[in-house]
Amino acid sequence: MRHDFYLAWRYLRHHRTRSLILIASLGLLITLPLALHRILDAGEALMTARAKSTPLLVGARGSALDLTLSALYFNAAHPPMIRMADAEQVAATGWAEALPIYSRFRVRGQPLVGVTLDYFDFRQLKPVAGAPLAMLGDCVLGFEAAAKLGLKPGDPLLTTPENLFDLAGIYPLKLHVAGILGRSHTPDDEAVFLDLQTAWVIEGLGHGHTAVTEGGGMTPRIAAVPATNIQVDQTKLLTYTEITPENVGSFHFHGDPATYPITAVIAVPPDQRATTLLRGRYLAPLNSVQIVDPAATTQSLLQNIFRVGALFDGVLLLVGIATLLIVALVFALSLRLRQREIDTIVLLGCSRLTVLRLAAAELVLIAIASSGLCLLLLALVRHQSTELVRHFVIP
Amino acid sequence: MIRIDDLAFSYPGSGFSLRVPDFAVSRGEKVAIIGASGTGKTTLLKLIAGIVTSQHGAIEVDDRAIHRMSDSERRNFRISRIGFVFQELELLDYLNVFDNIVHTYRINHILTLDAEVRRRARALAEDVGLGGKLGRMPRDLSQGERQRAAVCRALLTEPGLLLADEATGNLDPANKLRIVDLLVRAADRRGATLIAVTHDHELLPHFDRVVDFAQFHA
Repeated sequence: MRHDFYLAWRYLRHHRTRSLILIASLGLLITLPLALHRILDAGEALMTARAKSTPLLVGARGSALDLTLSALYFNAAHPPMIRMADAEQVAATGWAEALPIYSRFRVRGQPLVGVTLDYFDFRQLKPVAGAPLAMLGDCVLGFEAAAKLGLKPGDPLLTTPENLFDLAGIYPLKLHVAGILGRSHTPDDEAVFLDLQTAWVIEGLGHGHTAVTEGGGMTPRIAAVPATNIQVDQTKLLTYTEITPENVGSFHFHGDPATYPITAVIAVPPDQRATTLLRGRYLAPLNSVQIVDPAATTQSLLQNIFRVGALFDGVLLLVGIATLLIVALVFALSLRLRQREIDTIVLLGCSRLTVLRLAAAELVLIAIASSGLCLLLLALVRHQSTELVRHFVIP
Repeated sequence: MIRIDDLAFSYPGSGFSLRVPDFAVSRGEKVAIIGASGTGKTTLLKLIAGIVTSQHGAIEVDDRAIHRMSDSERRNFRISRIGFVFQELELLDYLNVFDNIVHTYRINHILTLDAEVRRRARALAEDVGLGGKLGRMPRDLSQGERQRAAVCRALLTEPGLLLADEATGNLDPANKLRIVDLLVRAADRRGATLIAVTHDHELLPHFDRVVDFAQFHA
């Protein structure tokens, strides 16, 4: 047996290109369905855990899935906005704690998420470096976001302008990285968190600028405002693009904060009764706001994903059978090509059974190498499963 | 040593037939067989080696009746008692020279590849001038060197009977003489019997007896 494997090894090593192609084909063939199931299982675990840890979501009426994906996974699909007043209404019922979320923006590819400080307690997110949010203009980074952006506490982070050509639009704001959150293995790791008010400053609803001068000399560029007799020298009205302890006092908001936009509200009822009462409140079909159960929404999404997964399994099975048939054909043809060699070893006294054993040893070595490749790839998939889930499973 | 009596053989479905009424070779004798192509010289060697079996007649080697043995008995007898150098030498391209020489030991469970066999393989290679090329692959050897390696493979089991089928067919004159000399010396050293099929008449003086295959019915 030892000699069989030695000879098989020498043969495969001599024809290494052919052997490697065979090993890679079989390895991938075994790996693909296993990796798919590994990713789907990890995705299911990740999505289910996240959804189960979020009792209820309040958001604009429309797609429950978009609302869930936006509020839980901060994905790029933006559901219609609701108002801050909607969060206040949830809190006012007394049936749930309300945690507003505003996740419209992104910064260098990472989601920029406006929250209140309660969100960090609710998700049990604590800084492992630096400090929590303390001042307008501060941000804290999820663990992965900090790594991807290459930032540490104390570093600045400039937000991305929404529209380069809209001079009246949203200007970039230089954020101050206050801290880095510990790894949570959830989408929070990818996010850049800031206070809701800072998010509204980025939105353009609040701003800070130098003092408005009254009276003063007129220049050609001065605009007169007759009603108040305040003359604004626009050359001196500088809007701050960075919030510092020196200028934070000048930041202010215009309009009623209750009308300010948010993406969703996480509602945390204390018990089942409060949950039922709160859900009943949003049942009216004309209500512009809906309440959804993220676990149920996620479950229906997962069912669809697993249905696609099952289809993929079927396709892979067919591809697998076809590949095995091709491998068998290649092997049979290779034996025919090796007929001279087989004749030689038979003349040397080798029995037909030994010829079969030698061929079997080659197959066993290829199977072992393919399995090794499969295990290696599966280990990689396992190591990168969270990343892969975010790329391929979470829409 | 070898006695053939009233042998008849034909390949099924072909017009080829071979008849050998009487043929004998003494122990230690070195016999050259000459004759036209297609007359059955190679077939005779295969019959003696038990690779093919006759339809009629008797073949005895060392007083053992080859024609009465089972397939596995014939194979085991051939492995342990007969060394065969083929017309179209076949060194395996994926094994180096040393592995080719000891290959018979790796594919036959009745032989054991131990330290003594390995030592003997190295000594044989040294003897034929391949001592420094044991790690080389067959493609890196000249035709003569490959043939010498094939002879080493045939001699490694220390056979009492050496069969050589056109062992010098593809070689230049110098290498032809070297291979024949090698076979004759090996047979002399071991007291082995040598039967060689050849077309080269200048090699015939190296043999004790020359048999013209024309005397047999073909």
